[in-house]
Amino acid sequence: MEDFSVLIGGKAGDGINRAGFVIGRILSRIGYRIYMYYDYPSLIRGGHNFTIVRASRHAGIASHHVSVDCILALDHATLLRHAGRRTPATITIVNSDSVKAENHAGGLAVPLDTITKEEGGIPIMANSCLIGAFCHATGIPWDVVGTVLDEEMPQETEKNIAIARRGFDAVPEQFILPKGEAPEVPLVTGNEAIGLGLLQAGLDAYVSYPMTPSSGILHYLAEVAGETSLKVIHPESEIAVMLMAQGFAFAGSRTAVGTSGGGFCLMTEGVSMAGMTEVPVTIVVSMRPGPSTGVPTYTAQGDLAFILSAGQGEFPRFVIAPADPAQAFEWSGRALNLSWKYQVPSFILVDKTLSEGTFSFDPEEPEWTGEEPIPRWDGTHPYHRYAEGEGGVSPFCPVPTTGVVVKVNSYAHDEDGITTEDPDRVVRLVEKRMKKSRGMQAEIDALDPVLVSGDPTAATAILCWGTTSGICREVGDIIGLRVVQPVVLSPFPAVALRDALAGVSRIISVEDNAGGQLASLAAAHGITISAQILRYDGRPHALEELRDRVMGVKA
Amino acid sequence: MSRSLITETQNTWCPGCGNFAIEHALKAVIAARVEEGFPPENVVLVTGIGCHAKIADYLDVNSFYAIHGRTIPVATGIKLANPDLCVICCAGDGDCYAEGLDHLIFAAKRNIDLTMIVHNNRVYGLTTGQYTPTSPLHFKGRSTPGGTEEKPLNPPALMLASGATMVARAYTRKLDHLSTIIREGIDHPGFAFIDVLQICASFFNMTEYYNERVYFIEGHDSSDFWSAWQKAREWDYSSDAPIALGTFYRSEEPMFDEKYRITRQSGEGRKRTVRKLLEHRIRQ
Ligand SMILES: Cc1ncc(C[n+]2csc(CCOP(=O)(O)OP(=O)(O)O)c2C)c(N)n1
Ligand code: SF4
Repeated sequence: MEDFSVLIGGKAGDGINRAGFVIGRILSRIGYRIYMYYDYPSLIRGGHNFTIVRASRHAGIASHHVSVDCILALDHATLLRHAGRRTPATITIVNSDSVKAENHAGGLAVPLDTITKEEGGIPIMANSCLIGAFCHATGIPWDVVGTVLDEEMPQETEKNIAIARRGFDAVPEQFILPKGEAPEVPLVTGNEAIGLGLLQAGLDAYVSYPMTPSSGILHYLAEVAGETSLKVIHPESEIAVMLMAQGFAFAGSRTAVGTSGGGFCLMTEGVSMAGMTEVPVTIVVSMRPGPSTGVPTYTAQGDLAFILSAGQGEFPRFVIAPADPAQAFEWSGRALNLSWKYQVPSFILVDKTLSEGTFSFDPEEPEWTGEEPIPRWDGTHPYHRYAEGEGGVSPFCPVPTTGVVVKVNSYAHDEDGITTEDPDRVVRLVEKRMKKSRGMQAEIDALDPVLVSGDPTAATAILCWGTTSGICREVGDIIGLRVVQPVVLSPFPAVALRDALAGVSRIISVEDNAGGQLASLAAAHGITISAQILRYDGRPHALEELRDRVMGVKA
Repeated sequence: MSRSLITETQNTWCPGCGNFAIEHALKAVIAARVEEGFPPENVVLVTGIGCHAKIADYLDVNSFYAIHGRTIPVATGIKLANPDLCVICCAGDGDCYAEGLDHLIFAAKRNIDLTMIVHNNRVYGLTTGQYTPTSPLHFKGRSTPGGTEEKPLNPPALMLASGATMVARAYTRKLDHLSTIIREGIDHPGFAFIDVLQICASFFNMTEYYNERVYFIEGHDSSDFWSAWQKAREWDYSSDAPIALGTFYRSEEPMFDEKYRITRQSGEGRKRTVRKLLEHRIRQ
């Protein structure tokens, strides 16, 4: 079996995400690569939650299928809502304590709540019972289940294992899922990959105000702050976040912030300040459907145009949109390094699909950039904070340094950071920023900013960015198209993009927004899009859905 | 100490402006501390935007000339990055009682070790004369030609309610006292809030009014919250009443920044930790 998918559904508060993760761990342990999609409404109790765990023999999966091989239903709603995902071969396991017998739809019935109660467990532990039943139904050996549960359930381990064993024994084996060959690698969310990438590049502080879907970074970094010597701060607002980050950086601390569109709106005055003060900061924005509060727990790619120009005035910035955890890890580290090397804001632009999706992540795949050196003051007095410097970048000197006064300023300023309105000095400052832009462009062009996959010789190409690139790669492999992903969107890698598209006669762009923002950006650089595939219902495409839409415009 | 602590930047405050007194007092306090051995490079000044903020250009110390209303978040980041730094905010009343009020309350609530000097001229100076949150009721400013219809805030009372561990008031025409209070604020371990009644010579000259009403606090127990509360409420920034100058309240409590004295991991050490975190994902 190349590919195997299981859907777990229930109510918010049932622990669906966690159950999906543990099943992902089990499938990963027996040699598969994992992608897990998590779908939940913005509420704490009730509503319908589900996850689809997809296991594959191939690396690089980043989407779910329309149909699934197994449905684990904690409630009746799961069976009703996902009836369309069933095939004659789909195995269904139903919680007979919450779904009436006449509604079991031929599924295997397990009284999850009764078993859990009999074993002295609390309601949430019914998930362990369900996991046990799933594993026996699919022929996964008990010792795998036992060891993974032992690792994943540090509390009440014995009880969870006992409950899982009861579930395991409650259903007969339906078929045997063969073992895969992939060596086990960690499962991480996109948010965790971003956090880890920043950490390995020497992050000193992370400042953030909670906002879905970025909060996972805050939670994860707060959890590991102790062992990584990281300072994690959750202040009063995103306005404070952005300003605090620059306070940290002024005193020499490498700092990142994270938010989603609404929070980023509040940060823009601070982003613009960073443009003038030249204090480095790395900003993670994880997109969800807007405008305004929008659809908080779903996905979108609607903020590209906003991020590219946010903040009054003209100043250079890096905008990087990784597709998957490996890219997120690698480019988050780079983003932090680049913001310090050029003393400009750097953005990591992701979305809910990446932030909250769970993926197999091979730590050997990305480059571990570490903390790269930055242009530093050589100690020759007097120090000028805004000295000319190579390529418009003034050598950095942290506060405190004996005998040195460091002045940064949000007003236009002279080379010592003193306010000025003198036209020549104003011009000098503008040109300093323009000079940086040129260096940044060269830097990006040398970093392989455009990735090509699928069939690199095909004359039809899919142009995509961010998370949609993962599923586009899969579609490209299936139907033999070239897939082109600019990872960096500012400075725009126009030359590399044109090279990547050489010999292409038809370009199909794929984006999760209504305006075709990458398509417009490409058009502004003279690249004409033949057809656009747009989606804006907050849901990522299933693999077959996107395949069919691409087929429809491929001609 | 040979450094003058004053830059060569041309000063553009109006003649008679109270900001000169604040600049002078702050300079004297920093100079005295440096004289006593405090490293001058450890002093950081953070300002907002307004006439007051020009002090960043005038004082020859590390400075972050930030944006309107945002002294405190910048100062908080600096202090948390390095708790050994002496971080001083110079803010305007429009700046920190209107645009950035939330930050002020949070700094007090956190008891972070910053010194907050508010140049309270009770008018927007730089934007030429609109009312601020501390202008008296019926103040006629350029945006309220018929007079305001809202009562002013009482900043010392607000700060007491928010948990500030030092709350004081000074006046730019009482220079020695102003210096003493600023010194006390900088020495205070925790959030020190100083509302400085600052004369704006051009848009709201209250010299005579203040001169007739101010008095120095004496025989007051500044460790007693309720007597501080009473003192702070004696004058409401609008009606006629004696205006107390001095320290209303002072107490010592745990400081927010103390737990951020963390030594950073070396580059290689950090990479090892990240590897370990990832390995734990497959083998607990
Ligand atoms: C976000 C923002 N809004 C408005 C302004 C315009 N502005 C500059 S200074 C100022 C008010 C200054 O008043 P205050 O803070 O009391 O300082 P003062 O000039 O009296 O010292 C305003 C509204 C600005 N710079 N930034
Ligand atoms: S306008 Fe008022 S506050 Fe501003 S410099 Fe003049 S006197 Fe001072």
